[in-house]
Amino acid sequence: MRYLAPGTLDEAIKAFAAAGSAARILAGGTDLLVQMRSGAVKPGVIVNIKKIAEMTAIEETAGGGFRIGAAVSGAVLGEHPRFGKVWPGVLEAVNLIGSTQVQGRASAGGNLCNGSPAGDSVPAMVAAGAVVTLQGPNGRRELPVEKVPAGPGRTNLLPGEILVNFTLPPRPPGSSDAYLRMIPRTEMDIAVVGVGVSLTLKDGVCTAARVGLGAVAPTVLLVEAAAKALIGSKLDDAALNAAAAACSAACRPIDDKRGTIAYRTKVAGVLLKRTVAIAAKRAGGK
Amino acid sequence: MAKLHVSTTINGEPMEFLCEPGDTMLDALRGPLALTGSKEGCASGDCGACSITLDDRLVCSCLMLAVESEGHEIRTIEGLAHGDKLHPLQQKFLEEAALQCGICTPGMLVASDALLRQNPRPSEEDVRFWLAGNLCRCTGYDKIVRAVLETAAEMREQGTRESRQ
Repeated sequence: MRYLAPGTLDEAIKAFAAAGSAARILAGGTDLLVQMRSGAVKPGVIVNIKKIAEMTAIEETAGGGFRIGAAVSGAVLGEHPRFGKVWPGVLEAVNLIGSTQVQGRASAGGNLCNGSPAGDSVPAMVAAGAVVTLQGPNGRRELPVEKVPAGPGRTNLLPGEILVNFTLPPRPPGSSDAYLRMIPRTEMDIAVVGVGVSLTLKDGVCTAARVGLGAVAPTVLLVEAAAKALIGSKLDDAALNAAAAACSAACRPIDDKRGTIAYRTKVAGVLLKRTVAIAAKRAGGK
Repeated sequence: MAKLHVSTTINGEPMEFLCEPGDTMLDALRGPLALTGSKEGCASGDCGACSITLDDRLVCSCLMLAVESEGHEIRTIEGLAHGDKLHPLQQKFLEEAALQCGICTPGMLVASDALLRQNPRPSEEDVRFWLAGNLCRCTGYDKIVRAVLETAAEMREQGTRESRQ
């Protein structure tokens, strides 16, 4: 096994592509080291991307959006003076990944590329309308975050591609977001269902919404039908019931020790309503 | 294959060691560095017994590569006491019997110290959430939480008294 810690993205891509399928990217490392320990992964080369400035930077963009490096840890994101005020739902989702200790290392980039349907930051990023920048041997491209997961443990990244950053759009006034998940314990477990909601309110009417749903299908889902049910409404019971039904209808979950298919499907709708209520309150509604 | 040479700072002292690329920081601490205070519980980031700080941020030493400590500052349980004088948290853990077998204790102390550094006035809920990643199979946690809260209160009092002098 070799270890590389290149200082530039170009070097990282060259080394990563050259090593082929035996190479693994080290961002936070909280998934990779566990996989190595269990023998599930035996990397020929580990490419640590944390020496690349772009990968660990949090920038506010000119329009009032944010760009977050793929290797920024949850702890660092939580210490940013503005990020959590603008995107409280994304921050709470990122800060639900593991324990305080895990937060010191774990990154949203790793959470996404690990490809778990239950990754906590992913539904919130989907709701936020985040776009990821990927760079590989054939150049740079952008992809909506919901297009990245391909199935449990799999992504749509091309061979040799590295996730560079997340771009979160500027927010109009009256906007906010929230993330809620259901877990069997009070803390420290993976989601049975995770719901991210981002919305904009104008005079009490929902003018924009996005809903991300996790742990109920092979990939995290963007539930456009749920958003459609919310947009144009005052988030009244009829709209919430329709959005909840849309979430439940989108579920294609597994039965496992954490929850049955019936339970996950029902909880998806329940959580949708609760998450909307929190996002709406934060956005200045009731 | 050649081992990697790592230069780092541990508990304020410059240190150098050799490791394999896949060695964890916990492997290095308990192996070549002979700092065996950090314990290996689960080796998968679930139990917190190997907690250390990396540049003042709490991490599991089982979830970072040893080579990643190059040029960074590590603090371990061995750096908590000042010479023979125990850290107030260590003293209070003893007084309150906030330990039984002791395996989780170094991690509990390192994590609690990290909490009090950034939040000198934690609520019971703050302490319980912060320590959710530190598992203990003996105490039932109450004595640990109480010891942390009492230490925080005493350290605040101490701080006020000192600043008045």
